[in-house]
Amino acid sequence: MSLRGVAAVVGVAERAPQRYTADETNLDLLSGVAIDAMADAGIDRTQVDGLLVHPIGGLPGFVPATVAEFLGLRSRFAEIVDLGGATGAGMVWRAAAAIGAGMCTTCLCLTGTRRRRRRASAAASDGERAVAMHPPRSMPPKRDRSAQAEFDAPYGMIGANVGYALLATRYAHEYDLSDAQRAKVAVDQRRNANANPAAIFHDQSLTIDDVLESEVICEPLRMLEIVMPAAGAAALVVTAADRVVDAAQRPAWLLGAGEAVTHSSLAQAPDLGDTGIGVAARAAFSAAGVGPKDVGLASLYDCYTIMVLLTLEEAGFCKPGEAGAFVESNDLTYAGDFPLNTHGGQLSFGQAGMAGGMSHVTEAVRQIQGRAGTRQVTDLELAYAHGNGGIIAEQVGLVLGSHR
Amino acid sequence: MSARPIPPVSALTEPYWDAARRGELTVQRCERCGQRPFPPRAHCPGCGASSLSWTPVSGRGTVHSYTVAYRAPHPIFALQLPLVVAIVELEEGLRMMTNIVGCDPEELEVGMAVDACFEPIDDTDMVLPVFTPIRGAD
Repeated sequence: MSLRGVAAVVGVAERAPQRYTADETNLDLLSGVAIDAMADAGIDRTQVDGLLVHPIGGLPGFVPATVAEFLGLRSRFAEIVDLGGATGAGMVWRAAAAIGAGMCTTCLCLTGTRRRRRRASAAASDGERAVAMHPPRSMPPKRDRSAQAEFDAPYGMIGANVGYALLATRYAHEYDLSDAQRAKVAVDQRRNANANPAAIFHDQSLTIDDVLESEVICEPLRMLEIVMPAAGAAALVVTAADRVVDAAQRPAWLLGAGEAVTHSSLAQAPDLGDTGIGVAARAAFSAAGVGPKDVGLASLYDCYTIMVLLTLEEAGFCKPGEAGAFVESNDLTYAGDFPLNTHGGQLSFGQAGMAGGMSHVTEAVRQIQGRAGTRQVTDLELAYAHGNGGIIAEQVGLVLGSHR
Repeated sequence: MSARPIPPVSALTEPYWDAARRGELTVQRCERCGQRPFPPRAHCPGCGASSLSWTPVSGRGTVHSYTVAYRAPHPIFALQLPLVVAIVELEEGLRMMTNIVGCDPEELEVGMAVDACFEPIDDTDMVLPVFTPIRGAD
């Protein structure tokens, strides 16, 4: 069964990223954005019979059941998607697959997280105090018996900065890539964010010098090419082809999808230069019967600048080794010759947990629906959205279009 | 000695850490297909066999990639900055996450020849395999 034209996204809602949220629970946050998405689609909750959510902090289990109860849904299909930053994109094709298989007709896809203010982490100069505050036995948590806790964490391979820096070093060894070329991605995306009132950095400008003068966190990556964690949420309503006419919004059709999941530890990735990124993208384009040159918007996962460059190349938007020159010679803004991450990307829009990855899908949907406001890409018919989880561990590519 | 997150050793991985205490790097090797899976596990990812035996490796390899962390990935590393985290590819073909020690960060290079060495973890009886450049290897 091909997923091409089986279903379309007809409703979108977001809670704009912000640094912290107040006391709202994750469940209430997700419920709220779900209600907004159903309203956007003009679809009543009684018409929603599918539910996709991700693991939710504070809920140890029974997550879809709890969300269904809180939303008053009678789901005939409910599932957890656990693909890190690829979760949102992964939900879209799963919703279409469930619809195509007759398991449901209209599916909610929910992502997001709250974020509470914590005590600022100690800087290097406060090293002794930091070590005293975090005795060795507190990390990794005792219940974490994973191979990564055993063979990665003791070396400082904790969080994502180190992993993406390793990718950046390896890429720069294989090919030419300058710091300024990486910075160009962040700068053009910021110009997009300046046209998006929902972006967390909407009101702040950014230059290549700003990026290059920011602190080196993990060589070669600097502070301003690293995504900032935020709070927020995003929800989509995906519905069957024969229900699209009932929706209040124009459809953004799912035309092709691809997925690849290969490793957990970056040290065990099959090949740092030929990863699941390309596998997922090629599958998505092949299913849609189009190629990278046919799409008018690339909405590519950007936890770090280097991730955008790797994806441009592996997804086939440019040749191997040419990503640096490609971003340097193209205008990546919504008005440019290669519109990329027109919402600002997560780097400038904000990364609200799994809603960060979903933002690449919601932006592609809004652009295809013609609802992107002043940052609207003109005459857009096809968009490519890419999700990425872990340290390039989980990949999902989607081709979305205005016509079935 | 250095402060580290303490590896949660299991019965299956104990031989790896025991070997490290003796100053040896030992990994599993599949008796059926010859693959060397890492991290250690019960079943060979190449052929599914459960006959994985512990065999020493040379400890020599090359830096596949590296980064120099100037902000601690976790506060426990705050006194060890800059911290060099690397992926090393052993002569035998497997890759592991590690640190490069005894090397000026400026001298680091992808492809650099390195050799295993062993570093005790503070306040434990554990020893962590790390790597250091092989001098004069060029």
